[in-house]
Amino acid sequence: MRYSGATHGWPHMIETEQLTRRYGSLTAVDGLTLRAEPGQVLGLLGPNGAGKSTVMRMISGFLAPSSGTARVCGFDVRKQSIKARRALGYLPEGAPSYGELTVREFLEFIARARGLKGEAAWNGFDSVVERLQLEAVLRQPIDTLSKGFRRRVGLAQAIIHDPPALMLDEPTDGLDPNQKHQVRSLIDAMARDRTILISTHLLEEVHALCSRVVIIAAGRLLADATPAELEQRSRYHGAVSFSAPGAGLAKRMLERLPEVSAVETDPLDGRVTVFPRTGRQVLGPVQALLREQGLELSELQLERGRLDEVFRQITTHAEQHP
Amino acid sequence: MSAVITVMRRELRSYFVTPMAWVFSVIFLILAGALTFYLGDFYARGQADLQPFFEFHPWLYLFLVPALSMQIWAEERKSGTMELLLTLPITATQAMLGKFFAAWLFVAMVLVLTFPIWLTVNYLGHPDNGVILASYLGSLLMAGAYLAVGCCMSTLTRSQVVAFILTAAVCFLLLLAGQPLVLDAAAGLLPPPLVQAVADLSFLHHFAAIARGVLDVRDVIYFVLSIVFWLMAGIIMLNLRRAS
Repeated sequence: MRYSGATHGWPHMIETEQLTRRYGSLTAVDGLTLRAEPGQVLGLLGPNGAGKSTVMRMISGFLAPSSGTARVCGFDVRKQSIKARRALGYLPEGAPSYGELTVREFLEFIARARGLKGEAAWNGFDSVVERLQLEAVLRQPIDTLSKGFRRRVGLAQAIIHDPPALMLDEPTDGLDPNQKHQVRSLIDAMARDRTILISTHLLEEVHALCSRVVIIAAGRLLADATPAELEQRSRYHGAVSFSAPGAGLAKRMLERLPEVSAVETDPLDGRVTVFPRTGRQVLGPVQALLREQGLELSELQLERGRLDEVFRQITTHAEQHP
Repeated sequence: MSAVITVMRRELRSYFVTPMAWVFSVIFLILAGALTFYLGDFYARGQADLQPFFEFHPWLYLFLVPALSMQIWAEERKSGTMELLLTLPITATQAMLGKFFAAWLFVAMVLVLTFPIWLTVNYLGHPDNGVILASYLGSLLMAGAYLAVGCCMSTLTRSQVVAFILTAAVCFLLLLAGQPLVLDAAAGLLPPPLVQAVADLSFLHHFAAIARGVLDVRDVIYFVLSIVFWLMAGIIMLNLRRAS
């Protein structure tokens, strides 16, 4: 069942408009406006307690916004709650499920509750069982499954109705590296014709998955950019780092280059990082100088920028000055 | 309607895959039998009816129904499945009705399982089976009222123990609303017409006639309205929880 109902703009998107949620005097989400479009995986990034789950709970219809609103595929979550929920697949935080039921019973319940009947129900069921490789555990009670399987069951219930919009709250939390890879491949494969919003605090996930990132802290939007744009904000962007025996000697000479603003040596492994002045390129000059000095490089790398550094910079500032 | 049935089926499934259904029905059947024969003097009365059996139902329900209803929402809240359930395309009303009917249907099944006592009384004498059927229906209605209170109380907390105690306390007050225990307290606070209204809320008062086999329309309406009232209160609590 596909939803092509809306006639204007992007029909399949998730958007929020001045979305706000207050708990008493505490403002958990503060006037957040964002938009995820089809074919896109939008990452909602923020420190723990930034309001990521609250945002998702409002979009999913579990919590009512204090003010502002959200729309799923054009359906307002306040006025057309059921239609919005129908168009959305949602994995809540921690992937909750009825542990006493078997995987089959649980997925059948979700399919029925989503109004899937007959062939549509079977197709949905078969397709998620295959995509998430649940065949072997169908008859097992969910409580007896490993964390990785439980997470996959949670994902299965979110996509069983083939929703045009998908929202996953920390989809890879607690999974081992192989399982993470599996889940990311799945999300990536589904992203082509869907709108996907994921929340995470894992920066590797941003690289692996997201086409755009929204950073929030203390309920407010701090950045809305592509991962590459964020990397450009890093002081490591365009820097060159290398390892070489006797690199300490070259440090002085590197510092004198007109393109270089600073040179740092990692005290642990002796790796040298050369930072460019704003708007300058250092790769060429550094290479030339090293060749001149006859240093045996064991490795040299042009840095794209470090997301963890940018993330820290953006979010700690906001937490200190709320 | 189909959403209500879907929720109901899932609830019933959970009852039977956990020990809950079995423990509940076995304890209910043992207690119902023991109370009837020992405290109720079933044989010594020398009458072929089930009045001593039905007279204990309000007291049995008082602690068994809260034990059945306490998990209804408290458990969903605690395990996080509430977020899953209430973000499916079903309304809070449909979810509440599905859960209520599952529990009510389960109580009905347990009541059906008390049939040996009906066989016994038919073996011993010639009871009025119409009266017995009416009493069964009345008992089921009263169980529904207890359950509706439990459904409402279970929305208030994530702790099943708290839900149990709240439900048992409210049911106890409603049970005894016609007795001096409650009426004396009410008389100090309310004008006389309202005290009478409180007295009329008594489960016991409305069930007394039913236990004797008189299924009065007013008593039926009373229990049906009680069910509707408490379920609506529970649905309002669910919707308030979203906003608060």
